[in-house]
Amino acid sequence: MSDWETVIGLEVHVQLKTASKIFSGAATDYGSEPNTQACAVDIALPGVLPVMNQEAARMAVVFGLAIGAKINQRSIFARKNYFYPDLPKGYQISQYELPIVAQGQLEINVDGQLRSIGITRAHLEEDAGKSVHEGFQGATGIDLNRAGTPLLEIVSEPDLRTSAEAVAYLKKLHSLVRYLGICDGNMQEGSFRCDANISVKPRSSSTLGTRAEIKNINSFRFVERAITFEIERQIDLLEEGGSVIQETRLYDADRDETRSMRGKEEAHDYRYFPDPDLPPLLLSDQFLDQVAASLPELPEARCARFVSEYKLDPGEATKLVDDRAVADFFEATVKDSPKEAKRVANWINGEIAARLNRQNLTISDSPVTPDLLSKLIQRIADGTLSGNTAKEVFSALWEGERDVDQVIDDKGLKQITDSGAIESIVDEVLNGFVDQVEQYKSGNTKVFGFLVGQVMKRSQGKANPKQVNELLRNKLG
Amino acid sequence: MTISNASPVTLSTLSAALHNRELSSVELTTDYLNRIERHSDLNAFITVDPDSALKQAEEADRSIATGNPGPMTGIPIAHKDIFCTQGMATTCGSKMLEKYISPYDATVVERLKQAGAVTLGKTNMDEFAMGSSNENSFFGAVSNPWDKNRVPGGSSGGSAAAVAAGISPAATGTDTGGSIRQPASFCGLTGLKPTYGRVSRWGMIAFASSLDQAGPITRTAEDAAIMLGIMAGFDQRDSTSVERAVPDYRAALDDSLDGLTIGLPREYFDQGLDSEVGDAVERALHQLQSQGVRTVEIELPNSMLGIPCYYVIAPAEASSNLARFDGVRYGYRADNYQDLNELYCRSRTEGFGPEVRRRIMIGTYALSAGYYDAYYLKAQKLRRLIANDFEQAFAHCDLIVGPTAPTTAFRIGAKTHDPVSMYLNDIYTNAANLAGLPALSIPCGLDSQNLPIGLQLVGNYFDESRLLNVAHRFQIESDHHLQQPTKV
Amino acid sequence: MSLTPEDILKIAHLARLEVPEEESSDYARELSAILDFVEQMNEADTRDILPLSHPQDATLRMREDKINESDQREYYQSLAPETEGGHYLVPKVIE
Repeated sequence: MSDWETVIGLEVHVQLKTASKIFSGAATDYGSEPNTQACAVDIALPGVLPVMNQEAARMAVVFGLAIGAKINQRSIFARKNYFYPDLPKGYQISQYELPIVAQGQLEINVDGQLRSIGITRAHLEEDAGKSVHEGFQGATGIDLNRAGTPLLEIVSEPDLRTSAEAVAYLKKLHSLVRYLGICDGNMQEGSFRCDANISVKPRSSSTLGTRAEIKNINSFRFVERAITFEIERQIDLLEEGGSVIQETRLYDADRDETRSMRGKEEAHDYRYFPDPDLPPLLLSDQFLDQVAASLPELPEARCARFVSEYKLDPGEATKLVDDRAVADFFEATVKDSPKEAKRVANWINGEIAARLNRQNLTISDSPVTPDLLSKLIQRIADGTLSGNTAKEVFSALWEGERDVDQVIDDKGLKQITDSGAIESIVDEVLNGFVDQVEQYKSGNTKVFGFLVGQVMKRSQGKANPKQVNELLRNKLG
Repeated sequence: MTISNASPVTLSTLSAALHNRELSSVELTTDYLNRIERHSDLNAFITVDPDSALKQAEEADRSIATGNPGPMTGIPIAHKDIFCTQGMATTCGSKMLEKYISPYDATVVERLKQAGAVTLGKTNMDEFAMGSSNENSFFGAVSNPWDKNRVPGGSSGGSAAAVAAGISPAATGTDTGGSIRQPASFCGLTGLKPTYGRVSRWGMIAFASSLDQAGPITRTAEDAAIMLGIMAGFDQRDSTSVERAVPDYRAALDDSLDGLTIGLPREYFDQGLDSEVGDAVERALHQLQSQGVRTVEIELPNSMLGIPCYYVIAPAEASSNLARFDGVRYGYRADNYQDLNELYCRSRTEGFGPEVRRRIMIGTYALSAGYYDAYYLKAQKLRRLIANDFEQAFAHCDLIVGPTAPTTAFRIGAKTHDPVSMYLNDIYTNAANLAGLPALSIPCGLDSQNLPIGLQLVGNYFDESRLLNVAHRFQIESDHHLQQPTKV
Repeated sequence: MSLTPEDILKIAHLARLEVPEEESSDYARELSAILDFVEQMNEADTRDILPLSHPQDATLRMREDKINESDQREYYQSLAPETEGGHYLVPKVIE
């Protein structure tokens, strides 16, 4: 075991999925032409004023309730003052003292070990614009489309010890905010961004080491790499007798290293004070009750219910609830035939997941809808289709067919369950392969499989395999 | 009808004359444009737009002809240059915005436009409303029409000078610590700062957001009632705008003053008050007593600390409000800079005048790490004590009366070297801003140098009707508000 | 409170204002005088008093989540000192 202990705290910026910005009526769409979604308030023209978007407050409360946090029914918007070209007002409206969401927690699972990670707070704030450094001769271009997009900044306690824990925490949070419908979770587009505070200390010491902050790590893979790199850097530094300086560092994915952001290195003094344009945000008991009532069933609870109600394995259930849309798809499929739940779970976690993954689609894009999958599984349950023929029908549905029975008819895939018809094929085979029958009778039971195969072949795969087995066994005595 | 110079013109007489077709808005507007031209030496206006004014006047005449006029249709007015006006320069008295043309109208501008008022132009002011003398304007000092060597007060000095000189019938102003009332006092006019939240701040360039409030500068209380009725009202674009019906401010103007109790704050009549000002205020109180009011002595023990409190809170908010002026998206940008930091520092240093820079520095310091508690937080706590004093006082009286300013208009240049002595001009006015209360100044006499003296009335929250009622009754039985500067 | 010329330069930097070094002493004197004056606040006992940030202790009103703004880039950028390809331009920022 290393002599060093790592302490990691994460700050996650979650873009809330509102239609309009947090303090203006401009759209929040990603990827529009530069500055076409920056209204007078967003570009901070003289005389403009902010007006709070109620939906952003609701989403923050949804998150708070989901992590069992205390909701501050009185929270304060404050101004964080600093100059930067992508910050048009010269201050960011944020929450400092009294954030909307106070202490809560998130349970993570690392290698089967459950750990509860403290969440210090989550507060509302506005996003900044973007600086574009390429494409302008000796200049930086400023695009303020993103300025004013609502953010929920979720700050963890320094409870995380390894990069694996950090990633598990982030994945859990990522799944949760999408589950709650408050964030699209698109990390490439910056909807879910992470800053990590990292320090190391001798295991025997009780005081925290000096921390470095790593900014804007935009994928789970990079989080793991950046943290791993930074831990090693700090330990090397300390072991060589050096010391860690408190600074902001940037992860460079190309070189797989963190480096100091010297350009931004200066004493920050944000001069927070309550925003005089925005009186305190008060939330009534009634509002909190309404939000609580509208809260979707959370992944853990849903997983437990899938296990008890549908008799699924915990592993299968966990896979299903990981994405709320997948869990919804599952429940829509089993609603008329709960007894087939296990089969439905297998299809979703297996065939559907594989195809979606291959084509880079999400469950909502699946051409096989819950209705179609339900119908297909009915036909398996009633013996019309075998496992193999069902796959053939599924493929046809994936390609756009919309009627399960029609596909079965068109392709002539209906399983033969008429025992008379099966018996005549069995007889044909027994008469045609006399040698093999002899071998079987003299004790070589391995040829039984060969004979079954011949029957299936002659029935073009449509004979019910169970019936075939029974008949053969009877006839061979 | 011609507009006489002998007696002051009021909005109600102009409105009547326009409606009775005694004169057209075009005639009236032309006449005021000529007056502005003749009195350009006052430097009351930063921008005058005759073409636009005459076009608006023509439209007003059409709407009068079709019998569809609004309450101020055809009446020319002027806006303090702190209000954003679409298509007309909005400078805020600063080099920073020398060439800035707002893409939108302030709510106050929009409402007055809808009521039919004709905009003559934009009046001079202390840069970003920071000042009590109008000497802090990039566009030069404004002269007081009563004595051109004296200041008109500030920061709404251009608006006050314009109305006093009869070159605009009425004007808008803003008041953060006394910027409507003190110039009204110095220029012999009626100036009203409404309750915080009564008038929308949308489009009014922010100085200190928790203190700023727009209001009218007029000849009479009746004119102020007309203007306020149009300017006031809920605006969803301003989160501090109050959702509350606007009463008919004219309806209560004539109510009897019998049985009304006026509180006299002991602290307002102490040392520092000019004796001639004190005497005029005493005489005004006697008149009010003869009109039926009762007076009681009250205490506002913390209100004399309003000035230090104000000079922490206002600069702190301003330091943040003015951060947006960075030379990137609009406004002044320095010619020479090597990098971003120089672009910021030079644009802001060259674009802002010395008083604005001074207040940004003070405000930045008051909010900075290690000093926040001693300055900003201390001031916010003191602010509550000041508001509490008023709350207790209003348990014993209906309104509070005293002087508006400790002196009459002083000479241009007399206080420019000493910021603190300049700040003391607001000693009686800024407590109302800190508490958010409505307050009004009306003329109550002239001193021995023929300079107007102002009487301040402070009311309880949303009690503008009562302030206007008392002011109106006072004006019915006195002629101080009818006095005009003889030199213009 | 007495500010040093170094304090002045630090505050000026936070506020992005230029104070030439030779003027920093004068500035320090002037601002110190103002601070001395505002320190009269200490005459008031504010123990256990809650700060007042908004007159009448107002509370926040919120709006519905609706888009009511459209693209005005051309108009707004006509006010800007320097733009290119729809972006506002500033000297190169090094990150």
